[in-house]
Amino acid sequence: MSGHPSTYEPKTGFTKWLDTRLPIVRLAYDSFVDFPTPKNLNYWWTFGGILAVCLATQILSGVVLAMHYTPSVDGAFASVERIMRDVPYGWLIRYIHANGASMFFLAVYIHMFRGLYYGSYKAPREVLWILGCVIFLLMMATAFLGYVLPWGQMSYHGANVITGLIGALPVVGDSIKAWLMGGPSIGNQTLQRFFSLHYLLPFMIAGVVILHIWALHVPGNNNPAGVEARKDPEGLKKDTVPFHPYYTVKDGFAIVVFLLIFATFVFYMPNVLGHADNYIEANPLVTPAHIVPEWYLLPFYAILRAITFDIGPIPAKLLGVIAMFGSIAILFVVPWLDTSKVRSMRYRPVARQFFLGFVVAGLLLGWCGASNPDDPIIPMGSDQLVVSYTDANGNEATQTYEEYEAAATFRDQKIADGTDASIAVQKAPAFRFVHLAQILTAYYFAYFLIILPLLGLREKPKDEPASIHKAVLGHDRAAPAPAE
Amino acid sequence: MKFLRFISAGLGAAALAMSAQAAGGALHAGPPEGGWAFEGPLGELDMESVQRGYQVYREVCASCHSMRLLHYRNLGEPGGPFYDPEYPNANNNPLVKSFAAMDEILSDTPNDVGDYEYRPARPSDEFKSPYPNDQAARAANGGALPPDLSVITKARHGGASYIYHLLIGYPEDEAISTREIEVPAEEAEGESEGEAEGEEAGPTTETQTVIDVSRMHQLEEHGGHYEGTLVQPVGQYYNPYFAGDTAAQWEGDPRHTPPGGFLAMPKQLSPGRVQYLDGTEATVEQMARDVAAFLQWAGEPKQEQRKSTGLAVMIYLLILAVLLWFSFHRIWRKVDH
Repeated sequence: MSGHPSTYEPKTGFTKWLDTRLPIVRLAYDSFVDFPTPKNLNYWWTFGGILAVCLATQILSGVVLAMHYTPSVDGAFASVERIMRDVPYGWLIRYIHANGASMFFLAVYIHMFRGLYYGSYKAPREVLWILGCVIFLLMMATAFLGYVLPWGQMSYHGANVITGLIGALPVVGDSIKAWLMGGPSIGNQTLQRFFSLHYLLPFMIAGVVILHIWALHVPGNNNPAGVEARKDPEGLKKDTVPFHPYYTVKDGFAIVVFLLIFATFVFYMPNVLGHADNYIEANPLVTPAHIVPEWYLLPFYAILRAITFDIGPIPAKLLGVIAMFGSIAILFVVPWLDTSKVRSMRYRPVARQFFLGFVVAGLLLGWCGASNPDDPIIPMGSDQLVVSYTDANGNEATQTYEEYEAAATFRDQKIADGTDASIAVQKAPAFRFVHLAQILTAYYFAYFLIILPLLGLREKPKDEPASIHKAVLGHDRAAPAPAE
Repeated sequence: MKFLRFISAGLGAAALAMSAQAAGGALHAGPPEGGWAFEGPLGELDMESVQRGYQVYREVCASCHSMRLLHYRNLGEPGGPFYDPEYPNANNNPLVKSFAAMDEILSDTPNDVGDYEYRPARPSDEFKSPYPNDQAARAANGGALPPDLSVITKARHGGASYIYHLLIGYPEDEAISTREIEVPAEEAEGESEGEAEGEEAGPTTETQTVIDVSRMHQLEEHGGHYEGTLVQPVGQYYNPYFAGDTAAQWEGDPRHTPPGGFLAMPKQLSPGRVQYLDGTEATVEQMARDVAAFLQWAGEPKQEQRKSTGLAVMIYLLILAVLLWFSFHRIWRKVDH
């Protein structure tokens, strides 16, 4: 796969025979044993291996679940519970699969933030980054499809919201929506095609993962210093270590720590990341009070709901959909938006502050997505009571009160006088979740469209180290191994 | 490392936000006094309580609520309240057999001449449902469908604690009163359209049930003080733990509506409603606690197996992590990194 010369030497008769026909052992050896890997990778770099484990876990547990699952509106909910009750260790397989999706996204977000911080998307790794974005998009589609399968209330009504978004697209929206749902509304046919696609997409992910690893192994890993490993044999030897055993053991340790967190969820709080409403069987006639997606989609949900205003002829709903898809689409062009020549933000002190702001914005967007947009965060003033009544001339009139007693007395007096009167609440102005979401959405886009392009041209980065070897030496002296 | 702290703080905040999501304006249902035996990573169900809870379910809840995901055999399976190691196959457990046989069900297979007959239930049958279908259930309950209780503890925020508080959270008698109000003639006429004409068209009176929420101790303890009255709609009952909206029924400051909502189930538990076979005193709190424990078991019959397997898995992973940590340091000891 990579440019470095193969050092594989087949030892047995069989491997020699195979190597001249299908050098697959050589490929594996060069990719995962003798692959030269920068020696300064920190724990943020272990998430690639963790994600591979996540994908394998999801596919394996999913294949078993599919053996017992019934994709029909009458049988889906009960079949999931049957897995939990009557299939031997079915509860374990299902909880692994359901929580595995959350763990997968937790890992992928850390992996992506890692890439953004250390500039792993910059030349010559643009294709590597884009393939990662494709995987992320496929993951979101797979997760959405999978969430529909248990056929709970959130499954059904969440699917309604998402397909409704596609219906908001002009001209083609309704046709695509009907095509996705397999009819005019979500029903048995929708569940069956979602099941089929939910089984298909993970294998597409696996395919893109192979391309992702291939694209990684051509230039080799980026690293915290952001400088390339030297190509000359002596420099390469000083800058890198073979993948095995150095990174197999480090990744292995990180994977097991990650599995400890994973297992804590599976065994001790298996439903905490889900929503209680999804244990109520889907009922099209009853809409849950708050429809919220799974936590890993909340930031995008917040961006969708942040757009509450029309711009010219484009209605707010369509703008929201555009903003939401745009927030993902923009990731694909990050390599060309960031104009800085310096990869790692270790040497970009100003950019680092903006990046931390971006991480915080992402988390706060998640908070906004989970909250009711109209709820106040910071109330400004207190709510007033408005008594509406008809005055002596027969006109509508209102009187505003602070105290309930006074308002009620006034209302009762008006009623006693023979006119209609009623009390309503006038909400005090407040800084609401929707406002926070709007600010954060603006920052999200500004980070990519304004900050990254301009900063790269104007900031004055610190000096990059001459090599990874130098970076490690300097690193050790400055701060004694913070990440290791 | 500042970076790491940032992310972990953010994740914590996000988790908090999520636990608060969609609470629905009802009182928060914390665990009852003394907590639950099944809480925590090592907690186990109090099986005697679950057994009593099954009695409460049968004698009180089962007349309206189905549990379609449960089979009688589940009661006698490992982790079930009537598991007996002498009968590894729960279908042979005499106690389970006798519980099943107490219910007559319509057989799901036709007899020799193709008719469906009633027969005593067997351990392999589903719990008998009180109504043949949802329509019948609605018709018998004023239009409201009593929810199936199979996974109710997983389907409600607060789980078993929610069930417990809902059952004991109804207003006490001292807070409830009735009042007569005059219904304007036109309205009364409009409501009784089609009835005999020529009846006296004067103002009629109507009896309303009203709740003085300032006298509800549940609100004082958990939700702050509320001053005003709630007008209970006919066939609906106020409960501060039930997720809903009280604004339309509230006579008081509209900025400060009491939490909770109205549900079609009246207060069910009164002292001595069931006579426990094991002699436990059937207080309202005891029955609520027992039936909540039973529903906690029913929602996830494998929860004890989950926790015990989890302990072994965690120990295994911890040991593996320690071994890998030392391997990592040994392998990297000569490399600057």
